[in-house]
Amino acid sequence: MPSSPRMSPALASSGNSVTADPDGLTAEGQASETRPPRRAIASLGAWRSDGAARWLFIWPTVLFILVLSLFPLVASLALSLSKLSFRQGGIDLKFIGFANYQQLLFGLERSHFLGVLKSPSPLGWAIVIGTLLLTAYAWTRAVRSGRYGPFGLILRLFAGVLLVGFVWLLVQAMVSEGGRPGSLIVTLIFVVVGIGLQYVLGLGLALLAVQQVPGRRFFRIVFLIPLTITPVGVGYMFLMLTDTSKGPLEPLWVTLGLRDFTWVTDPWLARAAVIIGDTWQWTPFVFIVLLAALESLDQEVREAALADGASRWQAFRHITFPALLPVTTTIILIRLIEGFKIIDMPNILLGGGPGTATQSMTLQAWIDWNTLNLGRSAAVAYLLLILVTIVATLYVNVVRRGVTETV
Amino acid sequence: MTNPFRRRSATDLSAPAKVAAFGLLVGWSVVVLFPIYWLVVTSFKRPYDVDKGPFYLPFVDFQPTLDAWRYILVELGNDTLRPYINTVIVGLTSSAIALVMGSFTAYALVRFTYRPRIGLIAVAIGSIALALVTIALGVPVPVALAAAIGVFILLAQTIGRRFRRSLGNSDIAFWLISQRILPPIAIAIPLYVLFQQVGLLDSLAALIITYVAANLPIVVWLMREYFASLPRELEESAAVDGATVYQIVRSIVLPISVPGLVATFLIVLIFAWNEFLIALVLTSANAQTMPLQVAAQNATRGPQWWAMSVLIIIMIAPVVAMAIALERFITRGILVGALKG
Repeated sequence: MPSSPRMSPALASSGNSVTADPDGLTAEGQASETRPPRRAIASLGAWRSDGAARWLFIWPTVLFILVLSLFPLVASLALSLSKLSFRQGGIDLKFIGFANYQQLLFGLERSHFLGVLKSPSPLGWAIVIGTLLLTAYAWTRAVRSGRYGPFGLILRLFAGVLLVGFVWLLVQAMVSEGGRPGSLIVTLIFVVVGIGLQYVLGLGLALLAVQQVPGRRFFRIVFLIPLTITPVGVGYMFLMLTDTSKGPLEPLWVTLGLRDFTWVTDPWLARAAVIIGDTWQWTPFVFIVLLAALESLDQEVREAALADGASRWQAFRHITFPALLPVTTTIILIRLIEGFKIIDMPNILLGGGPGTATQSMTLQAWIDWNTLNLGRSAAVAYLLLILVTIVATLYVNVVRRGVTETV
Repeated sequence: MTNPFRRRSATDLSAPAKVAAFGLLVGWSVVVLFPIYWLVVTSFKRPYDVDKGPFYLPFVDFQPTLDAWRYILVELGNDTLRPYINTVIVGLTSSAIALVMGSFTAYALVRFTYRPRIGLIAVAIGSIALALVTIALGVPVPVALAAAIGVFILLAQTIGRRFRRSLGNSDIAFWLISQRILPPIAIAIPLYVLFQQVGLLDSLAALIITYVAANLPIVVWLMREYFASLPRELEESAAVDGATVYQIVRSIVLPISVPGLVATFLIVLIFAWNEFLIALVLTSANAQTMPLQVAAQNATRGPQWWAMSVLIIIMIAPVVAMAIALERFITRGILVGALKG
């Protein structure tokens, strides 16, 4: 909850904020004394009052999104519970309950969605048991600490169970003899590795680009370019670049003795190619947001610290980085939500191949969509919705709240 | 001739550190620009030059030709121009609307406290569900809507007041961003049906409406962060002096949040400029946008690399030009000036 501690009591002068939330205001310790006098609303007309602004600022956005999101949300849920079939002169929608979901999670499509699951190797068992013990330990500590209410504890228990369940799935698919990850795990690999790379690169570049080096304007604009290319176009461009016989890097492959090398035969190389393309495209997003944040930071504290003999690393570690943490958590949340929808790069570069090694969840939904299996396509999309909602809720409640409270 | 790497102040980097930073920046520029260079040379190649292994330098490795440029700009002529104008209109309009609406919302979420009541939200969801169910059962739409509104008002006055538990600003913000989770593929068909009902299929308005809704959460989240990081003292002193919220926003908040506004505008413009799947489903001939043209170059004869390169280059050119024009606003000094002045 980044905003409430910063809430300005001085500006929240309308009726509702009289019963204002105790946490947000007492933290500032100035709830009542800075409240401005009631202003002459009558002379300005009631619609210009702050009370009207409170609602005028927020309702258009809420209504707009509500109207446009509600119907697709309900319609695709209905679609995911039905089977579409074609008859003469039209289409039939038949309600089939949870059959689409059942197929994906337990039935025919399971190897495609969750992966080929085999009994784990000894190392796999060790990872699962280790995760279980650590989670149980962390939860009992949370119980003992007495800092969380029953709701917080249940939420944490739920998160723990999810984590262990997920590690169990991961180990069965990847640390086992003959296991293979499905589109769920592949998507998570793309998201976690991709966002990690993009954040580190974007932060590094933003920190370099605020320095007084020659040509800084040139760099700032050039670094933005990959973001400006349409994702479909980036996909085709990387298809050209990764071509090992006609692409521009061909001499490089030859000198490395990899003349017969292709990306498309090895699952991990194929995934690496997708992640490289994704990182090339999305690093600028992290870069420009962090650059704007860095540029609007108050430099005086940092300069004072440097003048007092702090090292550059100390100034970054204790002043700049904490100040960037709130915006960092926002970018990661946005990239998380966008990243789970990755489709163009694996689709254009490799068609989801080799086999299904680079097939993300959205790509799986797209393939079902193209074969007119709209029900299953919607079911995959809904499972994605559930997964991302859980991940994002946990992220906001655990990571973001923890981070922004300390700042 | 002064040394460009010279140290300018006590807090500036030392000269060797500057050279190192410069080297790293140049390195990443190569990573970024090399694929772009490849696009540019490809746009001047004949199919033969693309097929016969990599050629790097025009006039040295291969004889450049304007065939692909002529094909896209002259032969296709209007078929390129129309999507291009569509993309410009849709991109600029939708991002401007999203930026204005979203910034106000972001400001409100940072500076005001909202306490939406759970009881009321539950009643609203129940009423909407009622309306949908009755419509599905065959009740005429106006009757169902009137009944649902009646039920809503009735319940809001009774049950809705009982449950006092309420949500906060962060819950509103999370609800907004959560609207982006569902992949476009799941939204496309319902949106098609929706716009078909109101007769807006294959129109720019449909695309603008969709992109505003899609970009609003991004604007709200990015601008919320910038507004929260602005020093509050100025706004507070203005409020004490009797300024209204509107005056504070216009004359204090807007000028000092220019870096954030510019960065956010560029991001949502780029998103709207490049969106593919929704445009594919909602448009057929009139309202087609440029990403569809790019994808269309992967025809039955295999990808037409040269034509595709031309399209990508003419697509990114205006965005890069805009970035060049706006970049100087993403810079320090604006904020400092406002605080001192």
